[in-house]
Amino acid sequence: MCATETLPGGHDRVVLAHGGGGELTNRLIQECVLPALTNERLAPLTDSAVLPWEAGEVVFTTDSFVVTPLEFPGGDIGVLAVAGTVNDLSVMGATPVALSLGLIIEEGLPFAVLKRIVASIAATARAADVQVVTGDTKVIEHRGGDGLFINTAGVGRLRPGVRLDVSRVRAGDVILVNGRLAEHGLTIMSVRNGIAFESDLRSDAVPLNHLVADVLDTGADVRFIRDATRGGLAGVLADISEQCRLSIRIDEDRLPLSPTARHAAEMLGLDPVTVANEGLLVCLVAAGDADRVLQAMRRRREGRNAAVIGEVTDLNPPLVELHTRAGGQRIIQRPYGEELPRIC
Amino acid sequence: MCLAVPGKVLAAEDEEILVDFQGNRVRVSRVLTPEAAAGDWVLVHAGFAISTMDEREALETWDYLRQLQIDDPAALDGKGG
Amino acid sequence: MSLSVDALRAEVARLAEGIGRPVQIMEVCGTHTVSAFRSGVHSLLPPNVRLVSGPGCPVCVTAQRHIDAAIELAGRDVILTTYGDMVRVPGRLGSLEKRRAEGARVQVVGSARTALAVARAHPAEQVVFLGVGFETTAPATAATVLEAERDGVENFSVLMCHKLVVPAMLALLAGGDVPLEGFLCPGHVSVIIGAAAYRPIVNHFGKPCVVAGFEPPQILAGLAALLRQVVEGRAAVENVYPVVVSEEGNPAAKRLLEQCFVTADTPWRALGVIPRSGLELAANYRRFDALERFGVQLGEDHDHPACRCGEVIQGKVTPPDCNLFGTVCTPAEPVGPCMVSSEGTCAAWHKYRRMATVGRS
Repeated sequence: MCATETLPGGHDRVVLAHGGGGELTNRLIQECVLPALTNERLAPLTDSAVLPWEAGEVVFTTDSFVVTPLEFPGGDIGVLAVAGTVNDLSVMGATPVALSLGLIIEEGLPFAVLKRIVASIAATARAADVQVVTGDTKVIEHRGGDGLFINTAGVGRLRPGVRLDVSRVRAGDVILVNGRLAEHGLTIMSVRNGIAFESDLRSDAVPLNHLVADVLDTGADVRFIRDATRGGLAGVLADISEQCRLSIRIDEDRLPLSPTARHAAEMLGLDPVTVANEGLLVCLVAAGDADRVLQAMRRRREGRNAAVIGEVTDLNPPLVELHTRAGGQRIIQRPYGEELPRIC
Repeated sequence: MCLAVPGKVLAAEDEEILVDFQGNRVRVSRVLTPEAAAGDWVLVHAGFAISTMDEREALETWDYLRQLQIDDPAALDGKGG
Repeated sequence: MSLSVDALRAEVARLAEGIGRPVQIMEVCGTHTVSAFRSGVHSLLPPNVRLVSGPGCPVCVTAQRHIDAAIELAGRDVILTTYGDMVRVPGRLGSLEKRRAEGARVQVVGSARTALAVARAHPAEQVVFLGVGFETTAPATAATVLEAERDGVENFSVLMCHKLVVPAMLALLAGGDVPLEGFLCPGHVSVIIGAAAYRPIVNHFGKPCVVAGFEPPQILAGLAALLRQVVEGRAAVENVYPVVVSEEGNPAAKRLLEQCFVTADTPWRALGVIPRSGLELAANYRRFDALERFGVQLGEDHDHPACRCGEVIQGKVTPPDCNLFGTVCTPAEPVGPCMVSSEGTCAAWHKYRRMATVGRS
């Protein structure tokens, strides 16, 4: 990974000069960033990367990452930065091709932390078979903040013949998820100042492009895929229901949820369907193909807990309804925003 | 109000107990339940154990305490994790 | 679906059918409000059983003047520690959330102990803890004040907003204009105060009181016990949560409350001042009172004229009866505490039940 023991200039923390665009910046990139990420497109460090392109549509996305703390059980901001953008491309039916990496580093960030995060970026990119081909580094004044902000943009090639579009969703379609709910958000809570607790929970952050490719390779009629990040499963289902003006029925006892996550949610007073995920896809599939998709998902580690959780219906008015373990119903809506832990 | 959750005491020292909530471990005060000891079940609210309880009754009252960790989802088709 | 829920649901339905007329039961615990909705139990109740929410959400019943005092303190260069429940509650001049965005140090904690730990970690700073909650939560504050005193953590203080459930229930009944046939009593408050604490309600007003927990079988068992009393024409205190609730409650917790606090006449949002319904620090511990330490005066309440939270809290109206509900007052932009609090009746209605009464085809 990083070739040296200290940052350029002998520093053990990032200083403003590392972002000045001069010698220290150059060395920062050469010594600390490139060795981890190097590939033939990035190495020349030209202003832009040149990517060959045959036919096919370009799929393009961007995302910024500001998580606190930077490192948490199961991952770090680097994993999120790569997986998040790779997944945004994948759910559109695109094969990820290349990423950009923009780092905004707060003066004072320890070198050791930067090293680990760059290593995570590299490892996650390798796992996803995607390259970081261009980037930028800035250093901002210390302001008692989070230390590091990352933006990644990604381009992918749309798979021919694939049309993942919410307008294709129909009543009778089956809804699947590839894994357990709420693990990322609850993990972050468990390391958050003020409410921290020790836990077996791990973030589920992972690139899902290979899983999506397997699913699409089955030839199943997949209508639409979305990754459930902030806002949780509830946010995604509310969006889908609103956009296609159809109802959704989910069964609570079919939602994959580990006992540890369930109990952590109970402790914090949070509803697992509203908690953030970073490795969870919601997949809508024509009814007859659901089983095929489920088996394809389960063959991968990141899909081992895949399950059918519900279906689309034409009940009016369009709502997302959860059928509870107790046998009753309630409506699921898009959560307000910051879900705070409560004691009352 | 109020949210309180059942957990099992793993260790006790002075005024503090370490309580396990199915893989989540929290240091909790036993000032309100000084008799709480390792192996006991307690009800915890806002960082304090407010009651001890019988294990069998606890398992009956909170059904999610009986959930098992199962790694083969195919065995669970139709049920949650 | 568990068998016990099925059986209990059938029992509730059988008893309700036997009664025939509409029966109104009040729960006085925000956690009951949320559990009943979130678990779908509300949708399992027979049409003639109406479970209304009373003044059981400590956030909702906190008078605006206290919220304004918290916001004022947050602006005083202290570290304000609070349970998450209070962060978004609007006072006259914004909320703690807004103050935080303006640079105030507002730290969410899950325990009063954590607030004290913050004070220990920042000896040069003043740390104020917002002590909200009923009798379930007040002992934690008491224990923490005692610990601060014992260890000489003098940079710690408490903004006292704790309230007592039974005086509020009695005041509600004394007001005389809410038709109620019984109370589903808060399971975790009862862990502290004991089931016997509800005897005055039975003795003075003849209303059945059943203590219940929060899991769906518990709520249904509590309702079944209440309906059975209605059918049999009797009123008594019953406890279906004996796993953690005893007749007398938690003696250690009650001792701490007595040592640290005194009861005081306290303003409740929209219910006015209820005698001996709140807790203040006892004389020996007044130096830990944040209002005194920082010379903050409690102001006046300026509730939005069209806000009907007060009537909602008393079970007199349901959220849709308020003109602001779902239009001007939404979870994203709440006007009153009943919408802001995750346990508020209006928030629960908006979140879980908004369309439940709409016919579905």
